[in-house]
Amino acid sequence: MRVKSTLENYLFILPAVLIFAVFYIIPFIWVFQLGLYEWDGISPARFFVGFDNFKEIFLEDKIWWSSMLNAGYITLIALTFQNALAFLLAWACDREIRMRNFYRVIFFIPPVLSEVVVGLVWQWILDGNYGLLNHWLISLGLPQLTHNWLSDPKTALTTVALVHSWKGFGWGFLIFLAGLQTIPRELYEAARVDGANAWDSFRKITIPLMIPVAILVAILTILGTMQAFVLIIAMTGGGPAYHTQVPVLRILASMRGSSRFGYACAQGITFGLILMIISFIQSRFSKKFGHN
Amino acid sequence: MKTPLYYRTKKIALNTLIHTLLLTVAVTCVFPLVWMIASSFKTQEMIFKDMSLLPKEFHFENYYYAWIEGGFGKYFLNSIFYTVAVVFGIVIISSLAAYAFSRFKFPGRNILFFMFIAAMMIPIQGSFVALYVLLQKIHLLDTRIGYILCMINVGLSTSIFLLRTFFDKMPKELEDAARIDGCSKFGIWWHVALPLSRPVLAVVIVFNALNVWNEYVLALIIFNTKSLMPLQVALTNFQGEFITRYPLLMAGLTLTALPIILLYLFMQKYIVKGVMQGALVG
Repeated sequence: MRVKSTLENYLFILPAVLIFAVFYIIPFIWVFQLGLYEWDGISPARFFVGFDNFKEIFLEDKIWWSSMLNAGYITLIALTFQNALAFLLAWACDREIRMRNFYRVIFFIPPVLSEVVVGLVWQWILDGNYGLLNHWLISLGLPQLTHNWLSDPKTALTTVALVHSWKGFGWGFLIFLAGLQTIPRELYEAARVDGANAWDSFRKITIPLMIPVAILVAILTILGTMQAFVLIIAMTGGGPAYHTQVPVLRILASMRGSSRFGYACAQGITFGLILMIISFIQSRFSKKFGHN
Repeated sequence: MKTPLYYRTKKIALNTLIHTLLLTVAVTCVFPLVWMIASSFKTQEMIFKDMSLLPKEFHFENYYYAWIEGGFGKYFLNSIFYTVAVVFGIVIISSLAAYAFSRFKFPGRNILFFMFIAAMMIPIQGSFVALYVLLQKIHLLDTRIGYILCMINVGLSTSIFLLRTFFDKMPKELEDAARIDGCSKFGIWWHVALPLSRPVLAVVIVFNALNVWNEYVLALIIFNTKSLMPLQVALTNFQGEFITRYPLLMAGLTLTALPIILLYLFMQKYIVKGVMQGALVG
């Protein structure tokens, strides 16, 4: 009876554990294994090369590290411009203002759309020859400002980063707004009675109480943006000439482009470790500044 | 001397400024969508001449061509099929597991649950490479069932977490009563626990539906046969092949985006909840 009951309990979790074991744990182990091989993904022969793949990544693969820098640059714009915008809008919506809910609904539309849809629509708007933006600039009498936004190496990465910010700011906005709404209104009342003006209470109440929220948003932004790549596939495909390459695109290229499965896995591990180091540093950082 | 008028003027000025900012951003959010939909009604000849947001004539035939010739009808149905199948699988499998994790005691319970949670937090970007190899080995590459199983796995952890949190807080009295009436464990899960967890099930359903509909990279590496592909992958293929057939592309994009926008507008509460919780635990 007892045994039967325990078996029945396992029956409940069996499907989940089975799928998880096959489609998560096995690939997880294989990534580490394959990273030590040179293999084209098809032929039966794999060549054990030890840490050669990693050596190549660290010593020779310049494109890999420049793609890391590109992702870092996009992340930097997301951290500053995108999050500042998100906070400003959240602060504005936290006030007693008309149409608050309307804005809340609208600002979260870009995040629910797929990156492919967003990327392809913006790609056309920003197109150098047929794009709407250049068309408008000409109609406004500013033809000198027209530009091949996505195919000029000078502007491509920044343009991609700005579209990424457009798609992503709604997240930060919602989290900031939720945070702002937990601040008791009495605090502001009390400050006003004590003679503080709006700027004082913003600086002395809002900012300090929002620091933990800001750190949370920063962590989510960094992890999310470093791993973003579908938007880039849809907008530039990584071009012009590697100028908008990011790490995950390189992993895909190693796998599908040059059929180097082992190398792709080694890149995946390297990238995963870098992300883990970043989140480790951040969690230390947030412990230090988050709770005071 | 600061008069009341000074303060009122200042307040009005500030509010105007805030509204201008909010409205500008709101317009920027919606504008590309309006442009996409408007362009999907233009003809190929008009598309580069008529840059207006309101086309003079509406050409619905783009949708016909996109649906039939562009193959978007097929891709659309594929996307619907994958979304329904994956969400159904996730709801059954994750609610079974979450219910067991919440209600039953058995050896290995905590370690197994911890494993699912840990999986949510560790990013492994190379995993799709190994997943491809695995699917090839078990002959599920380029099959519907292979993609569905992979996508069930993707949504499993978060869904188990959400459902378990809910079950933990749910009172047990009704389940006890059902047990006394002779209901089996599966009977209680199906007849009592699932109906009671409707609010969180809605979050799980909407959150996963959004994820599956918008998923790209797994579909990209798994499918080789065009007739099996979902919309997202088909769109990038289409764009590669017919680079400047913008009206058709925009019709395809509208077909892809519209279900999500509608789902969002109607199920807003659940989406925001699911997406936020998904982000915060993940």
